[in-house]
Amino acid sequence: MLEVKDLHVSVDGKEILKGLSLTVNAGEVHAIMGPNGAGKSTLSSVIAGKDGYEVTAGSITFEGRDVLEMEIEERARAGLLLGFQYPVEIPGVKNIYLLKAALNAQRAARGEGEIPAPEFMKLVKEKLAFMKMDPSFLQRAVNEGFSGGEKKRNEILQMLVLEPRLAMLDEIDSGLDIDALKVVAEGVNSLRSEERAVLMVTHYQRLLDYIVPDKVHVLLDGRIVKSGDKDLALELESRGYEWVQEESAA
Amino acid sequence: MATEEMERLVRREYTQGFVTDIESDTVPPGLDESVIAFISQKKGEPQWMLDWRLEAYHQWLKMKTPSWAHLDYPPIDYQAISYYSAPKKPEDRPQSLDEVDPKLLETYEKLGIPLHERAALAGVAVDAVFDSVSVTTTFKEKLAEAGVIFCSISEAIRDYPELVKQYLGSVVPQGDNYFAALNSAVFTDGSFVYVPEGVTCPMELSTYFRINAANTGQFERTLIVCDKRAQVSYLEGCTAPQRDENQLHAAVVELVALEDAYIKYSTVQNWYPGDEDGKGGIYNFVTKRADCRGDRSKVSWTQVETGSAITWKYPSCMLRGKDSVGEFYSVAVTNGRQQADTGTKMIHIGENTKSTIVSKGIAAGRSDQAYRGLVKVGPRARNARNFTQCDSLLIGDRCGAHTFPYQEIGNSTATVEHEATTSKIGEDQLFYCRQRGIAEEDAVNMIVNGFCKDVFQELPMEFAVEAEALLNVTLEGAVG
Amino acid sequence: MSDKTQPSAGQRFLDRLKARDAVRGAEPTWIAARRQAAAARFEAIGFPDKRVEQWKYTDVRRIRDGEFALADDADFSPAQAAALTLPIEAVRLSFVDGVFAPELSDTGALPAGASVEPLTRALSDNHEAVGAVLGRLTGVEFSPFAALNTAFAEEGAIIRLAPGTVVETPILLQFLSRAGEQPVMSHPRVLIQAGARSQATVLEHYVGEPAAANFTNVVAEAVLERGALLTHYTLQESPLDDLLVRSLQVEQGRDSRFTSFTVNLGGALVRNDLVADLNAQGAEANYYGLFFAQGRQHVDNHTLVNHNAPLTFSNENYKGVLGDRARGVFNGKVVVKRDSQKIEAHQSNANLLLSDRAEIDTKPELEIYADDVKCSHGATTGQLDEDAVFALRTRGIDEQTARGLLTLAFAGEVMEQVGLDAVAERVELTVAGKLPERFNLGGLVEAALLDEQAFEEVPGHDRND
Repeated sequence: MLEVKDLHVSVDGKEILKGLSLTVNAGEVHAIMGPNGAGKSTLSSVIAGKDGYEVTAGSITFEGRDVLEMEIEERARAGLLLGFQYPVEIPGVKNIYLLKAALNAQRAARGEGEIPAPEFMKLVKEKLAFMKMDPSFLQRAVNEGFSGGEKKRNEILQMLVLEPRLAMLDEIDSGLDIDALKVVAEGVNSLRSEERAVLMVTHYQRLLDYIVPDKVHVLLDGRIVKSGDKDLALELESRGYEWVQEESAA
Repeated sequence: MATEEMERLVRREYTQGFVTDIESDTVPPGLDESVIAFISQKKGEPQWMLDWRLEAYHQWLKMKTPSWAHLDYPPIDYQAISYYSAPKKPEDRPQSLDEVDPKLLETYEKLGIPLHERAALAGVAVDAVFDSVSVTTTFKEKLAEAGVIFCSISEAIRDYPELVKQYLGSVVPQGDNYFAALNSAVFTDGSFVYVPEGVTCPMELSTYFRINAANTGQFERTLIVCDKRAQVSYLEGCTAPQRDENQLHAAVVELVALEDAYIKYSTVQNWYPGDEDGKGGIYNFVTKRADCRGDRSKVSWTQVETGSAITWKYPSCMLRGKDSVGEFYSVAVTNGRQQADTGTKMIHIGENTKSTIVSKGIAAGRSDQAYRGLVKVGPRARNARNFTQCDSLLIGDRCGAHTFPYQEIGNSTATVEHEATTSKIGEDQLFYCRQRGIAEEDAVNMIVNGFCKDVFQELPMEFAVEAEALLNVTLEGAVG
Repeated sequence: MSDKTQPSAGQRFLDRLKARDAVRGAEPTWIAARRQAAAARFEAIGFPDKRVEQWKYTDVRRIRDGEFALADDADFSPAQAAALTLPIEAVRLSFVDGVFAPELSDTGALPAGASVEPLTRALSDNHEAVGAVLGRLTGVEFSPFAALNTAFAEEGAIIRLAPGTVVETPILLQFLSRAGEQPVMSHPRVLIQAGARSQATVLEHYVGEPAAANFTNVVAEAVLERGALLTHYTLQESPLDDLLVRSLQVEQGRDSRFTSFTVNLGGALVRNDLVADLNAQGAEANYYGLFFAQGRQHVDNHTLVNHNAPLTFSNENYKGVLGDRARGVFNGKVVVKRDSQKIEAHQSNANLLLSDRAEIDTKPELEIYADDVKCSHGATTGQLDEDAVFALRTRGIDEQTARGLLTLAFAGEVMEQVGLDAVAERVELTVAGKLPERFNLGGLVEAALLDEQAFEEVPGHDRND
């Protein structure tokens, strides 16, 4: 599904990713772990198409399409959706409006017509209930005045409505208490299916207790230096990152 | 009044220089006493009205065009303008929508203008489309029942001379400013509203009437008087693009609110902004002022300004009555080569007066926009309060956004707050929306509309929807 | 600045100039030529009236209609001078009614690479070097007063810092105003040339004999080369009948930082113009201002920041407190030129009106021609927070004292930025004495300064050094 090959990325002339390769297949959940500054967030930002990242070498393909050639919104419509670490506030724009516009844009890209209003409301209310969110959320401006936990739930709510093929979650667990983390994890788990994949970027093993990954990768200094199954995450938790560093250096 | 009789009357007063052929429907370009007499006579006005116009004209002659605004346009040759032309005859207009420019119809579609209004807006001969008379009659009956007078200013001069004499020029005197003086001398038509004591106008003076108002021409004069405890909501303009052969527009709007009266005045201005080089656009120099004469009176201005090549406009409130309230909510959008210098004046004269200013400016393309506002608190205005929020959004690096707020505070009990920000459209916000699959232009529209929310929510409901659509149409091509 | 012709309004000044020209000794031709051009300019435009936007709120007729002679000596009672002089260790140049006073000056503590000298001396040493820079920033077009200054100027201060020179001791320019039989006028020039990476603190101090009623018209210019750091204070404590018009224009190179404190306490009619041109990336300008006025004082502050290059920054905070029938004017303008991207500019003006007859006219302006900017301004006018007054009274502080303390606290935000203790204390004491009598703060502030723990509310108590 997603194929990242020998990706080199620079920000302001400084190389952050130094030859990263990664394959994600449909039905899989991947977790990328690593210390601060390893380049974790850079990877998801580059896949989503954020400005300011210069790809100096390598490729990203998604279902056979060259992602780097696609506009930001094209990537989203193709099913690459990013759950932001710091969701942005958009004053005056209601959540419901954003959701509807996004869903209809996706449908239009697939050649489908706009979703009928009753159907849309039914869908959204169902997802809201699943995320244990109050319907009044819909009438509030996007993320404006939301607590950290509310923002993260809102990210997952958008995922549930937009049903991405590949959900990328950037530090989705940061700033969440345990109850909120459970709700968010349930939301992500409900996305799991044979056709879909999840790529999580995280700092802590804690998240992986709730969203159990199929594969765990260690990102150090711009490269994936070790891959394994969920046990690798536990090992990282108990031993830290230094041993991986030493091992890979050896 | 027979033509000969009019001619005779006018001749008697102005034998010198009265040369205009009164049989004609249009006067040749130029402005002098004879032209003013011609207009007055065409309108069948009484002598006092003509005198009033001439008084204005003489003041105008002594005045200079204001140069303080942040606007750049070539000097206007006032002698090259024709000050009167009769409205188009039905046979000269398109007979059905099929004859109307498809591009215009497409814009109506985008703006969500109701079907039955489109023909009228496009200038289709009204009789050919729908029975306007019956609609008018229904409205007129309803208003008459409530005792509300709503008619053209020409009719009012004829039918309600005492009211007009009492209030015309009492808020914007003839010599108030250059453009107001010009308007006072040559105004051709406009609206008159009188809401009697204790009456709440039973309908918004809007939807249907704005179509009729489309042809009031370049020197519009509006006078709205709300008597004690009366209320009215008046809607001027139209989201549909308006073209006019007359480049110069100089309207005057006067509002009078007596004790406990409330006037809500909403404007959507979408005059032709000119081509991509700004050529041929309308110059819009408007004087709008409300006099909150009575205690506890309230006037609320809401405007959405998207059109015109040049906009010069400062809807103001004179807060005379104790506890009177003035509000100004404005969205101004400029694109292409448009220039706008707009804002408001809140003059606190009475005790406990309160004003709120919310101004949202969006500049794109090569346009230039300025907010100019004055908050003045007089020595007797104890406990006056003002809050001003004034934000500008820039789209693209060739436009300009400027803020010139004046505060003149002469009372220690006053509380006046002004906040302003200027920034570009948020890159993070754009990225976020696009990452949800929303196209860049739609994302810009969404964010801009969100930015303007505080103002749109002050507009009458159905108009707010059109206004949002209008914003999107105006900003077309601003990104990418 | 726009012009309005008003011929002959300043004829008395032109006559005075002619008389002066006749007795003045020979000068280099460029000086004479400039005087002539400036006089011609002034003759053409005259004094500004209210129709000129820049002078809309400030009536200069008291200057225009005044009869001012020119002082010829710098005699000043040493005891009086000592009492008026700021008690700080400083490199000092003193001017009495515009005339240089060597016995009240001391430039001994300067490090190598720095020179501080009166204009006359700098001219006699090398007039061409002075002429190359003087007047480059502030031309006669700047204002009628700049033209007047250029026509009359004979004395002033020239401060030069070679690249890398760090002057630790503040450089104090003291302008003393004398009480005499006839009011006099002076037109001092100040020029600061701060070489690359140089650092200095310059303080202009305006003070004088209480009965003085003179007119001082200053033009100051500062050039900051790459990486230069200049902190500039204006402590204006002029006698209450003095008239003062001054301008300071600053040109900033790459990564330079200019910080200005303008404190206005005295004078009958005061007008300050402050202009910074941020001409290269990394340049930063900070403006802090404080004006207290009472009686019929009139204080006008006009500030302008021109962001002429990308990645330049400005920050401005002015506070005004006005009592009695005083009038304050604040006009702060920020201009961001086309293609000056990545700008941050913030501006704030807050005013406190203590009396019903006081007036403030404020106008914070933004003129922006680039889009990647973060600009904001705010202006507020109000009165003391009654809840805070109440809270203090519940602690047993009488109402008048409570109001006084809160008024000082209002100024605190700006005062906290003042790095020179002597200046801060001087301001606090003067302000305390100047607040309307009913606030009765004089003794209180002194006590607070002695025992900093006693009154947490007094601004400046936590200043380090």
